[in-house]
Amino acid sequence: MMSERIDLRRITSVLRTVPIFPTVVLAIFLVCGVFGGFFVPHDPNDMELNNSLMPPFWEEGGSTSYLLGTDQLGRDMLSRVIGGAGISLQVGFVVVFISGTIGSIFALLSGYLGGWVDVIIMRMADTFLALPYMLIAIAMAAILGPSRNNIILILVIMGWAGYARVLRSEVLRIKEVNFIQLAIVAGCSNVRIMLRHIFPNIVNTLTIMATLQFGSVIIAESSLSFLGLGVPPPHPAWGSMLADGRNHMTNAWWMSVWPGVAILLVVLSCNLLGDWLRVRLDPKFRQL
Amino acid sequence: MTDETLLEVKDLKTYFFTRRGTVKAVDGVSFQLKKGETLGLVGESGCGKSVTCFSVIRLVDKPAGRTVGGQVIFNGEDLLTKSEKEIQQIRGKHISMILQDPMMSLNPLFTVGNQVAEPVKIHQKLDKRMVWEKVKEMLSLVNIPSPEVRMKEYPHQMSGGMRQRIVGAMALSCQPQLLIADEPTTALDVTIQAQFLRLLKDIQQQSNLSMIVVTHDFGIVARVCDRVAVMYAGKIVETAETRDLFNNPTHPYTIALMNSLPKMGAKVDRLYTIEGQPPELQNLPPGCNFAPRCPEAMEICRQEYPPQSMVTEEHYMNCWLAKGKE
Repeated sequence: MMSERIDLRRITSVLRTVPIFPTVVLAIFLVCGVFGGFFVPHDPNDMELNNSLMPPFWEEGGSTSYLLGTDQLGRDMLSRVIGGAGISLQVGFVVVFISGTIGSIFALLSGYLGGWVDVIIMRMADTFLALPYMLIAIAMAAILGPSRNNIILILVIMGWAGYARVLRSEVLRIKEVNFIQLAIVAGCSNVRIMLRHIFPNIVNTLTIMATLQFGSVIIAESSLSFLGLGVPPPHPAWGSMLADGRNHMTNAWWMSVWPGVAILLVVLSCNLLGDWLRVRLDPKFRQL
Repeated sequence: MTDETLLEVKDLKTYFFTRRGTVKAVDGVSFQLKKGETLGLVGESGCGKSVTCFSVIRLVDKPAGRTVGGQVIFNGEDLLTKSEKEIQQIRGKHISMILQDPMMSLNPLFTVGNQVAEPVKIHQKLDKRMVWEKVKEMLSLVNIPSPEVRMKEYPHQMSGGMRQRIVGAMALSCQPQLLIADEPTTALDVTIQAQFLRLLKDIQQQSNLSMIVVTHDFGIVARVCDRVAVMYAGKIVETAETRDLFNNPTHPYTIALMNSLPKMGAKVDRLYTIEGQPPELQNLPPGCNFAPRCPEAMEICRQEYPPQSMVTEEHYMNCWLAKGKE
């Protein structure tokens, strides 16, 4: 009874330290990304050339039915930003999940088994870290054609090596601790030791890396979309919206500002949340 | 104790291949262990005690370390020729281990009960409820108060002595025949040491367990060991029954070790120390490894390693002095 009450107090005290701004921002974008389709004021791909390049509602010529204005084809900016959230977050989550998984598996194999397995995996990681990802992305987009799945593929290929690198060093540290030797003595197989005894001990680092990578994946996705290598039009993607806005920078600032602000907010929130987690999960602070 | 031999180590050689040369950490170690017997391995740091133990259970760090020769015969089978799968069947079930530092011996992310259950889950096909019964039984065996509550707690909620007892419970959960204890009480304070050793002794008597206890503390040797092997620079230099060794140490190294212990009642200004350092194991001189520090070294000691000679029954040593006396 006593211990339950203490646990509850601990949980609330941890929750109290959660940074509000990034959490709220991410929550809003998440809701937009998942349920955006149900509450967008207009179809994001619906063109109304009569209403093209309308400014936001508070400016002269603006209309309350297009709160954030329209683009050169008369599509509602607000709906497109909301629609873009879906694509960006989807790519972000999928890439982080897949490259985190692949990276963890390689890190466990490489760090725990050592020897030639380690050498092969680490040289592979070095190679991938040395590849200029824009060039590869352009080459792959040329070969496979731009699509959401190809973007994910490219970003995973470029992303796993970082995880493998950092987590491997974690694995090396943990496998030297006595409890791993005792697990071997208890008769655990290699697979069981890696998954049950080592993996839970690297989850902290993995979580922090994933939060921080989420931000950079969204930037990368936007850059690729900006170059026209991402999600093909007419799907709304923040990067391609920025690219469209570039031509109208002087007469329609809203076309490039809104997607830019969206990218900024999401990435900034991810990094703030990542920083908070890093401090929170650091063993030195864990006692607090 | 019976006369049946449980473990026989013959001419075990474990070397570490480093860039600066081959380190002969264990170089031709042989000993026997009967069922229910406790063997003490003593010697100063770096003399190969722990590596000997790790070699027996095949835990030497690959690829730098390798057991290059000898046999480890456990229940009539050579462990060194077994496959990784076969050795996993033996670890935890027939042979288990306790390590020095109880603070690092438990995984901080698992409850204590979960860790004690680990060997049981691997080696015994029991349903969930039976596993937990077993865990509870083991925890009360090692005198953990209110085991039902304690087994749901995490290692950081326990004291050092408690954690070491839990490591003990984990090691003994499948009723092994051999327990290797590598400095089991070094990290515990003296009262807890005594408590823990008594517990090990009790359990041993109940279950006819054999033990190898690595230590550099003669107090522990006197308390728990039936027989002692004194190691120096990767070799066993003297073996005897505990009482015999204390009454009649023969090898100059053993004598020197005994002399460096403080004695109760005797008033001395300075404790005796053995001059010099143990030799570097990657370039051992020919002859007896202890010769450079030995007060009684002779010419032959620097040329040839002494063969084993019998002092009395069950008391052997490797020293040219014994040869001289014959």
